[in-house]
Amino acid sequence: MADGSAPGIKPISGGVHLGIEHESARKHVTGAATYTDDIPELPGTLHVAVRLSDRAHARILGMDLAKAKQAPGVHAVLTFDDVPGDGDIGPILPGDPVLAPDVVEYAGQAVVAVAAETLSQARAAARMVEVFYEDLPAVLTAQEAMEAESFVSPSLTFQRGDAAQAVASAPRRLSGTLEVGGQDHFYLESHIAYAIPKEDGDLLVHSSTQHPAEVQHAVAKVLGRPMHGIAVECRRMGGGFGGKESQPAQIACIAALLANATRRPVKFRMDRDDDMLMTGKRHDFHVRYDVGFDEDGRIQGMEMDLAGRCGMSLDLSNGVVDRAMFHADNAYYLPAARITGHRCKTHTVSNTAFRGFGGPQGVIAVEEVVDEIARSLGKDPLDVRRANLYGGPGRDVTPYGMPVEEPDILAELLDQIERDSDYRNRRTEIDAFNARNTVLKKGLAVTPVKFGISFTVKHLNQAAALVHVYTDGSVQVNHGGTEMGQGIHTKMAQIAAQEFQIDVDRVKVTASATDKVPNAPPTAASAGTDLNGQAVRLAVRTIKGRLADFLAEHCHTTPDKVEFRDNAVFAGNHAMTFPEVAKLAYLNRVSLSSTGHYATPRIWWDREKCEGRPFFYFSCGVAVTEALIDTLTGEYRFPRADVLHDCSGTINPAIDLGQVEGAFVQGLGWVTCEELWWDGQGRLRTHAPSTYKIPTSRTIPEDFRVTLYTARPNREDTVFRSKAIGEPPLMLGISAWLALKDAVAAVGGHKYPVHLDAPATPERVLLAVEDIKARMAAGG
Amino acid sequence: MTGSVRFVLGGRVVEVRDADPTTTVLQWLRAHGRPGTKEGCAEGDCGACTVVLGDLTPNGKIRYRAVNACILFLPMIDGKLLLTVEDLASEDGELHPVQKAMVVKHGSQCGFCTPGFAMALFALYHNDRNPDDDAIHDALAGNLCRCTGYRPILDAARAMTAEGNEDRFDRAEAGIVALLESVRREGTVSVSGAGKAFYAPRTVDELAKLAAEHSDATLVAGATDVGLWVTKQGRRLPTLIHLAEVAELHRIEESDGQLEIGRLEVGAAVTYTELLPVLQRRIPELAELVSRIGAAQVRNSGTLGGNVANGSPIGDSMPALLALGASLALNHGGTRREVPLDRFYHGYRKSDLKPGELVERVLIPIPKDGQRFATWKVSKRRDQDISAVCAAFLLTLDEGGKVAELRTGYGGVAAIPARAKALEAALVGQPWTAEAVAAAMPVLDQDFQPITDMRASDRYRALVAKNLLMRFYLHTTGAEAPSLEAAHG
Repeated sequence: MADGSAPGIKPISGGVHLGIEHESARKHVTGAATYTDDIPELPGTLHVAVRLSDRAHARILGMDLAKAKQAPGVHAVLTFDDVPGDGDIGPILPGDPVLAPDVVEYAGQAVVAVAAETLSQARAAARMVEVFYEDLPAVLTAQEAMEAESFVSPSLTFQRGDAAQAVASAPRRLSGTLEVGGQDHFYLESHIAYAIPKEDGDLLVHSSTQHPAEVQHAVAKVLGRPMHGIAVECRRMGGGFGGKESQPAQIACIAALLANATRRPVKFRMDRDDDMLMTGKRHDFHVRYDVGFDEDGRIQGMEMDLAGRCGMSLDLSNGVVDRAMFHADNAYYLPAARITGHRCKTHTVSNTAFRGFGGPQGVIAVEEVVDEIARSLGKDPLDVRRANLYGGPGRDVTPYGMPVEEPDILAELLDQIERDSDYRNRRTEIDAFNARNTVLKKGLAVTPVKFGISFTVKHLNQAAALVHVYTDGSVQVNHGGTEMGQGIHTKMAQIAAQEFQIDVDRVKVTASATDKVPNAPPTAASAGTDLNGQAVRLAVRTIKGRLADFLAEHCHTTPDKVEFRDNAVFAGNHAMTFPEVAKLAYLNRVSLSSTGHYATPRIWWDREKCEGRPFFYFSCGVAVTEALIDTLTGEYRFPRADVLHDCSGTINPAIDLGQVEGAFVQGLGWVTCEELWWDGQGRLRTHAPSTYKIPTSRTIPEDFRVTLYTARPNREDTVFRSKAIGEPPLMLGISAWLALKDAVAAVGGHKYPVHLDAPATPERVLLAVEDIKARMAAGG
Repeated sequence: MTGSVRFVLGGRVVEVRDADPTTTVLQWLRAHGRPGTKEGCAEGDCGACTVVLGDLTPNGKIRYRAVNACILFLPMIDGKLLLTVEDLASEDGELHPVQKAMVVKHGSQCGFCTPGFAMALFALYHNDRNPDDDAIHDALAGNLCRCTGYRPILDAARAMTAEGNEDRFDRAEAGIVALLESVRREGTVSVSGAGKAFYAPRTVDELAKLAAEHSDATLVAGATDVGLWVTKQGRRLPTLIHLAEVAELHRIEESDGQLEIGRLEVGAAVTYTELLPVLQRRIPELAELVSRIGAAQVRNSGTLGGNVANGSPIGDSMPALLALGASLALNHGGTRREVPLDRFYHGYRKSDLKPGELVERVLIPIPKDGQRFATWKVSKRRDQDISAVCAAFLLTLDEGGKVAELRTGYGGVAAIPARAKALEAALVGQPWTAEAVAAAMPVLDQDFQPITDMRASDRYRALVAKNLLMRFYLHTTGAEAPSLEAAHG
C-alpha cells in the first residue's frame, strides 16, 4: 500500500472537457490506422464485382451468365435466386432486395454479383454478364411522383390551428416552390465488407458500417441463419455521414452470400462509381409553401408541402421525411401551421440517411419562406428572422406540440453573432460595394438552427457498453457506437478516464463488435456520445461500486469514504494506485468487468396523433456568411463566414470544433457546388469526383471564424451536461445559399423576389441573375 | 524482353519483374505491405492515393513531386524515389514536421484522406518552405477531405515549418542521390508482363521509331487520362510507350526577335508544373489558366502535349492555344511536319495524327506588344474541375482603336475545341467598345450550339460563352475589376 505521495498518484491527464488529440491521429498521419481494406487478406480471399442495372425500371427477361461463369478466376456468379434465406433486407419494411429479383427499379441496382480471385477478374467477368430487359414506365422525380400519387408510405400532416384560414386572413401572403437537391455522402472510403467463413457455417464480417447490428441482422437473414453465428466488427470507417447507416447491409450481404457459396473469405470493396450509382443519398425535395404574415414579416400562418424523393423503396425515408417536417419551423414560431410530408416513390436509388436526416431540407424550406417574406417587405432578412424567433409569451411550442424549453438561446446566439460579425456595418459596406459595381455583387445572410436531438423512433434511443479493468489497471472500453472520424472513441476514453480518475492513455477503446455489445442502434442522429457516453459511465460506475464496496471492507471504512482521484483510490487512511487496486480486487475475487445500459428519458412521440416530445433537447447555432458573385458567369466565392454553435459542456472542444467546421462546409457544399445530375433515362451521370464536386480547400470561406458557445450547460441530464454536435451545424451552411440569394437580389436593388433552387451552382446563380435582369427590363 | 522496373523505396532499391505494365503504383503498394496509401476514386480526382516521387535534377538535387498513385502505371516510376506515408516518420517513430502539424492542429477526423494530405504537404514542404495561402491551396486542391472542412489542414500547412527548416530527407539527401544514381538507366527500358509491353525510350529518334513500329501502341506522358482507361473502363492496353524519359521532350525553347513574333516550343513531355514558371514569365494569362488544370498531382504528371494529342473537347489548354495561334510539331518515324492547331481536330477525339505519329512539340506564339490576351475557365468548382465553358481571346487593335484581329478559342461548347469564326469576323473593323461587343455577342449562336450535360445546360453554356467576351472587354479596358480573383485575390 502506498501513501498519498507514492509514485503513480498524480492528477489525471485527458479527462473530459479537454481538447485532446483524436485517439487515432498519429495512426492517421503515419498510415498505420487500419481500415477494412487494410486488414491483411487471408489466403484464398476472393474479390467481388457487381453488375448494375442501366435501366430505371424494367422487367428482367433473362440473363446470360455463361461467359462470366467461365471467365478466368471466377468462383461464383450469384443472382437473387441463389439467396438461401430471405433476399429482402429492407431495414424497416421489405422493399430492398439484396440483388434485383425479376424487376429492376433503378439504374444502378445490383443484379448479379461475381466473386473471382482478383478484383480485375471479377470486374471483367461482371462486364460479361448479359441481362435482357423489357423497359417499364419510370417515375423519376418527386414532382412526377406527386402527380402520379406514387408513394412508398402514406403522407403525414402536422396541423396546428386553421393554417389555411390564418394565411388567407393575414395582411400579406406569399406562395412559392423550391427545389432542394440531394447530396452524395462522398465518404472517402467507399463501401466495403470482408466476410470470413468460420466453423459451423458461421461468419465473421468486417464491415465499414455505422450499424454493425443491422449488418449482422441482414446477413443472418439472407443466409437463413441465427444471428448468434454472425459476428460483425468495425474498427473505423473512412467517413460515414449517414451513408453507412442502412446501406452497408447490402454490401456485407453480397460478400457473405459469396463467402457462404464458396467457403472462402470474400472481400467486396466497391469501386467509387459503383458505390455512387448503387447506394442511397440525401433525399432531394420539392417544396411548396403558402404563407401569411404581417407588415413586420411576422408569420401568422404557413402551409407547406415537403415532397421527398425516396427512390424505389422505403429504407429510412419515413424518419427522414418526418424529420424534415419536424424542422420546417427551424427557429421560428408558427402560430398556425399545416406541414405535410410526402414520401415519393420513384425509380431511382433509394435515398437514405445523411447527416441531418431530412432536417436540413425542412430548415432550408422555412429559411426560403422567411427570406422571401423579407424581400417582399424590403426589410433586412435578419430583422424578419428575429421577428419570427421562438421566445416571448406563448411563442414556445412547436407545431407538433413540443415545448421549446430554452427559447432564449436563439436570441442570445443571434445577438452575439450580430455583434461579432459586425453585421450591420458590413451590410452598409456591402450596399456601398454593390452600388459601385455592376459585374460583381455581394450578399450577406444569417441562418439560425434549432435541431432536435434523439431518434424519433423511440427504441433506438438506447445504448450499451462493456468495460473491462485488467489486473495492471489498464482499461478496455467497448460500446455500441462506431468510429467514423467524429471522435466517439476519443470521447468515450475521456469519459472512462474521468470516471475512473485515470490517465486517458490507460484506456483503450476497441473495435465495435456485435459479440461484445449486441443489439446496438446505429451511430446516428448526433446521439452517439449522448447515448454511449452514458452507457460507458454506467458500466464504469458499476465497477467502481464493486471496488468501493470491496475497499470499504478491506480498509475498514464505508463505501462513501472511498474516493477515486489522481490515478488512485483513497479509502479511509489508505491510498493505492489504480493498478494496485485492480490487482488487489482481482486477488480478492471481485469482478472487474461490467456492462452498462442507458435509455434516454422523457421522450415520447405518438405518430398517429402527431404529438409528443420526440426530442430530449434542441441543439442550436447561428452563422453569418458573405458571398461575392460574378454576374457574367455565376461563379462565386465566400469572403467570410462567422459561425457560433452551442457546444456547452463539450467533452472535447477540439473535436467539437472540428464537427462544427466540417458540418458547415458539408452543408455549404450541399447547397452550392454539389450537384447530382440524372439524365432523361434516370441514370445518374455524376458518379465520381470528376463530375460530382464536393468542396476543396479553396471553396471554404476565406475568413472562417468558428466559435463554440459554452455559456449554457445542458439543462437535461446528459453525459457531463454536453450537447450533441454531429449534425446541427450542417444546416448553418444554408447561410451560404442565402448569401448567394442576397447577392443575386442586389442585382435588382433588392426589389425583386429571387428564385434560386439548391444547389446554387454557378449556372443557377447566373440564371437567377438573368431572371432579375429580365424583370427589371420588363419594368416590374 | 525481360527487363525489370527498378525504383527506390524504403531506403533500398526495389526491383519488380514480370508485372503487368498497367498495374498501378497504388495496386502494387497495397499488395506489397504498404496499405497506408488509399484508394478513394481510382481516377486521380480525390488525392487519397497521393505519393511523392523524387528524381534527380541536373544539379544533383532531388526534386519531390506529389502524384496520384491510382492512375500511375508502375513502370513509369522506373529510376525514381517513391515515398509513401509509411516513409515520413523516422524509424524511431518521430513524426515528420508535416505529420506533427497535422496532429497538433487536429487535421484528421476519419483519417482516410490523411495519408494523401500528408504526402501533398510533404511535397509542399520540399518545394516551398514559406508557402503563402495561395501556394497552400494550390498544393492541396487535389486532395479531398469530407470531414474537417479543411481549416485545420490549412493551419497545419501554415505551421509545418515552425519547428525548423530541415527534415531528415534533407539531411540524408546525399545517400538518396547515390541510390538514385545507382538505378539510373541509359537505354530504352522495356518491360513486359501479362502479355503486355511497356517501352520507355530515352531519345526522340528511339521514341519515333518505336511509335512507328507499334502503331497500335498507346502513348503516355503522365497517364492522367490513360490511367482511367484501365482503372475505370477496364480497357486492355497491350503496348504502352512512355514519353517522359525522353530528355529532349522536356525542353522548353523560348525564341525572341529573330522571327516576327516570339514563341515557346514546348516538348511533349513537359509537365504543366514544369511549364508554369515559363508561362508566368511569358504568357501570365495562360499561366493562370494552367494553374487551374487538374490539381498539383495532375499537373506534376500531365502535359500540354498529352492534353492536345488526347483531343478531348473539354481539354482546358486548347482554347488558349487556338486563340494564340499555336501549332504542333508532329513526328512520324523521324519525318516531321507542322500543323496549325485549328486544323488538327477533325471531330470528337479525332485528330490529324496518323497511326504511329506523335506530337513532339507544341509551338505557342507569344502575344506581341499591344496585343491583348486572356483566357477563362468556368466550372462548378474553382479547383480540380472540368470546365463547362472555357474561352480565350487574342485581340489586336489598329491605331484607330478598331479591331484589327480577334482570335478566339472555345471549349465545352462543341464536339471539339474550336475558334468562333463568325464572332471573329463580326468584330473585325468594329470599334472596341462595350456597345460593339454587346452587339457581337449574339453572333456566337452561329458558331456554337452547345449541349446539355451534367456539367451545364445548353442555355448556360451559350450565355457564358457570350459573357466571357464581355468579361474580356472589361479586362482590356480595366473599367471594373471583372473577375472574382481580381476582386478578392
